[in-house]
Amino acid sequence: MSYFLARRIAGFLLTLFVVSIVVFAVMNVLPGDPALTILGLDSTEEARAALRGRLGLDEPVVQRYLAWIGGALHGDLGQSYSFDVPVSGLIAERLPLTLSLAVSGMALTIGLALTMGLTAAARHGRAGDWAIMLLSQLGIAVPAFWLSMLLVLLFAVKLRWLPPGGFPGWGDPVAAARSLVLPTVALALVQSAVLARVTRSAALEVMRQDFVRTARATGFAPRHVLWRHVLPNALVPIVTIVGLQFAGLVTGTIVIENVFYLPGLGRLLFQSIANRDLITVQALVMLFAAIVVTANFLVDIAYVVIDPRLRAQRA
Amino acid sequence: MFARLKPCTASLAVLALSGALSAQPALAKGEVSIGFQQEPTTLDPTSDATAAIDGIVTHNIMESLTTVNEAGEVLPDLAESWTISDDGLTYVFTLREGVKYHDGTDFDAEDVKFSFDRAMAEDSENPTKGIFKPIAAVEVTGPHEVTMTLNNKDAFFLFNIARGDASIVAPESVETNKSKPVGTGPYVFDSWTRGDRLTLVRNPDHRDADKVAMDKVTFRFISDPAAASAALMAGELDAYPGFPAPEMLPQFEADPRFAVVVGSTEGEVILAMNNAKPPFDNVEVRRAISHAIDRAAIIDGAMYGRATPIGSFYPPHGPAYVDLTARYPHDVAKAREIFETAGVDGSTMTLRVPPFPYAMRSAEIIQAQLTEAGIDAKVENVEWGFWLDEIYKKQNYDMTIIAHTSPNDMGNFARGKTYFYGFEDPEFTALWDSISTESDEAKRVSLLQDGQKYLADNAIHGFLFQMPQLGVYDARLQGYWSSSPVLFEPVANLSWAE
Repeated sequence: MSYFLARRIAGFLLTLFVVSIVVFAVMNVLPGDPALTILGLDSTEEARAALRGRLGLDEPVVQRYLAWIGGALHGDLGQSYSFDVPVSGLIAERLPLTLSLAVSGMALTIGLALTMGLTAAARHGRAGDWAIMLLSQLGIAVPAFWLSMLLVLLFAVKLRWLPPGGFPGWGDPVAAARSLVLPTVALALVQSAVLARVTRSAALEVMRQDFVRTARATGFAPRHVLWRHVLPNALVPIVTIVGLQFAGLVTGTIVIENVFYLPGLGRLLFQSIANRDLITVQALVMLFAAIVVTANFLVDIAYVVIDPRLRAQRA
Repeated sequence: MFARLKPCTASLAVLALSGALSAQPALAKGEVSIGFQQEPTTLDPTSDATAAIDGIVTHNIMESLTTVNEAGEVLPDLAESWTISDDGLTYVFTLREGVKYHDGTDFDAEDVKFSFDRAMAEDSENPTKGIFKPIAAVEVTGPHEVTMTLNNKDAFFLFNIARGDASIVAPESVETNKSKPVGTGPYVFDSWTRGDRLTLVRNPDHRDADKVAMDKVTFRFISDPAAASAALMAGELDAYPGFPAPEMLPQFEADPRFAVVVGSTEGEVILAMNNAKPPFDNVEVRRAISHAIDRAAIIDGAMYGRATPIGSFYPPHGPAYVDLTARYPHDVAKAREIFETAGVDGSTMTLRVPPFPYAMRSAEIIQAQLTEAGIDAKVENVEWGFWLDEIYKKQNYDMTIIAHTSPNDMGNFARGKTYFYGFEDPEFTALWDSISTESDEAKRVSLLQDGQKYLADNAIHGFLFQMPQLGVYDARLQGYWSSSPVLFEPVANLSWAE
C-alpha cells in the first residue's frame, strides 16, 4: 500500500510540474501585454514601460519561471498584476465558495443520479424507466447556463423565493446558503443526468447475475436487494464517472459563477484572463489541475475500498 | 411564459428547500444598488484605466481640482476658482479651505502638487499621462493656492484635470489607495467583496453633505446581460447605467416599474481601416467602403435601432457637431464601380473584431454589405488581449471595429503613423494643434467643424454610430445622468422620489 501511495504522490507532483511548465509557456506566448491591458488605449509607452518594469515583465522568461515556481514552493504565488494584491489572498478569499458549490453540487448529483438510475433499472423496459431515460437525455442536452437562466426566471424573478445571484458572504449563513441553492441545482441537474444513465447500465449489468436472483429468492424486499446488493457491486463504474464529474464540476463552476455572478475561483479565472493577469491565471490553472489530480487519486483509493478483489491483488 | 406553467410542474425539491424561507427585504430608503458590467481591478483611478474605477471612485470618493457636469461643462471642485494669464500659460488655482480627507488629514496646496508631480514623474504609471504633458511646473504659491505653468496652450486643460487620472490624493494614503481609496469626496469607501459588490457610505463631513440623499450606495458586478436583467426584475438592483444588451430593453420599457433611458456617450464607433496598408492607403478605396456600408442597417441590426449615426469623428451631442452622415450615401453600385476602377473588386479584406457585442454584430452586417459591393470580406473574432497586441500595437490588420470612448479624442488622427490608424497628414496635425491650443470657444468650434469635415472628406475610417448610453432605472429613482460626457458619474445627486 505504501509503495502504491508513494507512486501516486510522485505522479501527482510530476503532473503538477508538467502543468506548471505548460501553463507558463502558454501564458507567455499568448498575445497581449498586461501593461497595455491595465493602462488602456490612452496610455503612453513611457508609463507602460514603467509598469512592465515594476511587474518584472522585462526579465527573461526562464528567470521569471524560476522566480515564480521558487516562490510558489514557499507558498508565495506572487502579486496579482491587475488587482495588485497577493494571489494567495485572492484565492483564499474565493476557494471556500467554489469548493462549497462543487461539493454540494456533487452531493446533489450523486443523490439524484443514484435514485433515478436505480429506479430506472428496477423498472427496466417499463414506463418509469422510459420516463427517467427521457429526462436524463434532456438533462444531457440542456446547457447548464441556459438551465440556470430558466431557474432564475422562475424562482428569483417570478416567485421571488431565492436571490437571482450574488453572494452575501459567510457572515450570514442562511443568506449564503440561499444564494447557493440555484447554482447547486443548476450544476447538479445536468451532471446527474449523465451519472443516472451510468448507474442504470451498471445496475442492469449486476442485476443479471446469479447472486441477485439468489437474494431475491431468499425473500429480501426488492428495494433492499437494489440498494444493498446491486448498488455496491455496481459502484466501480459509478465511482469512475463521479471522479471525472467532480473535475467537471469544479471547472463547471466557471460558467455557473459567471451566470450567478458568484465571487468564486471560476469568475476570478475569467476576469484574470480578460485582464491579462498572467500570474493569477497561472496559479488558478495549477490549482484546478491539483484538484483534478487529487480527485483521480481519491477515485483510485476508492476502487481499493469498494472492490476487495483489487485489495487482494495489491497485497 | 411562466403564467402557463402549472405550479405542480414547477415544484421540485427546490420548493421544499426554499419555500419556507422568507422573501428578501426591500432596500431601505436612502440606499441604492447600482449594477455595473465591469468590476474594478483596483480602486485607484490614477494607476489603472479600467472604466469601472472611474465609475465608482472618481468624484464619489476622490475629487479633482475641477469637475464636469452632464452637459460637459467644467465646474469648480477642489479648486474654488482660478485665473488664467493672458498668454494662456499660467493657471492660478484658489483651493477650498477646511476640506478634510476621509482619514481626517487636511487637504492643502501641497497635496495638489504631490498629486500632479506623481502623475508627471518619470516612473509614473498614470494611464493618461498624456494629459499632463503640457504642464511645465506645479508650484505651491500659498497654503491654498497652486500655480501651474504650461509649456503650450491647452484648450482642454481644465476639462482634463477633472478626470479621475488627475484625482487629488494625499501622500499619507497614496500607497493604500488601490485597495482602500481615501479622498475628499461626498462618499467614503466602506467595503469591497471582490467579484460581488462594493459599498460606499455618505461622508457626513463633506461640504455638500446636506444635499446628498443616499446614505449607502452599493455597486454590484454583474457582467452577463441576462443575469443583470434578472437582477433588475427581481428588485436586487435599482439601476444599471451601462446596460449592455439593447435587445433586452423592450421588456423594461413595457414594465411601469422601470425607466429606460437612451442617452449619448463620448464613444464613436468606427470601422477602422489600416491607412498604412494597401489598398486602404488609397482614399478612393476608403470612400468606396464608406459608400458600401449602410449605417441604418448596422444600427438596426447591431444596436436594435438605439444609436445615432455619425459621419465623422465627433459626438452628435457636442457643441461643434456637423451632420456629415450624408457625405457618402449608401450606394452599392457606386462602391462596386470604384472598387473595379481601383482593381480591388473580388479581393479579400479581413475584419478583425474585438469581443464586444456591438463590434461583433456590426461586423457581420458590414461583411454582408461589403460582399454585396464585390469585396470578399472575412470576419475574424479575436480576444481583447490579442486585439491590443496585434491590431493596436502591431498594426497587423486590414479593418477593425472599435469604440473610442475618450472625450476630445479627435487628436487620435494626429498621433502619427505609429498609431494603429496608420494615418498621418501634416495638414490635419496642424489643424489639431490649433484646435487644442485655441482658447476662444467660438473659434474652437469652427476649427472642430473643419476637423470633422477633413476626416469625412478623406474617409479615414468608416464612421458608424455614436455609442449610446443605455440605462435601466427604477422608475422612482431620480438624479442620474442620461448621457455620459466623461467616464465618471457622481452618485451624490441620486435620490428617491417621494
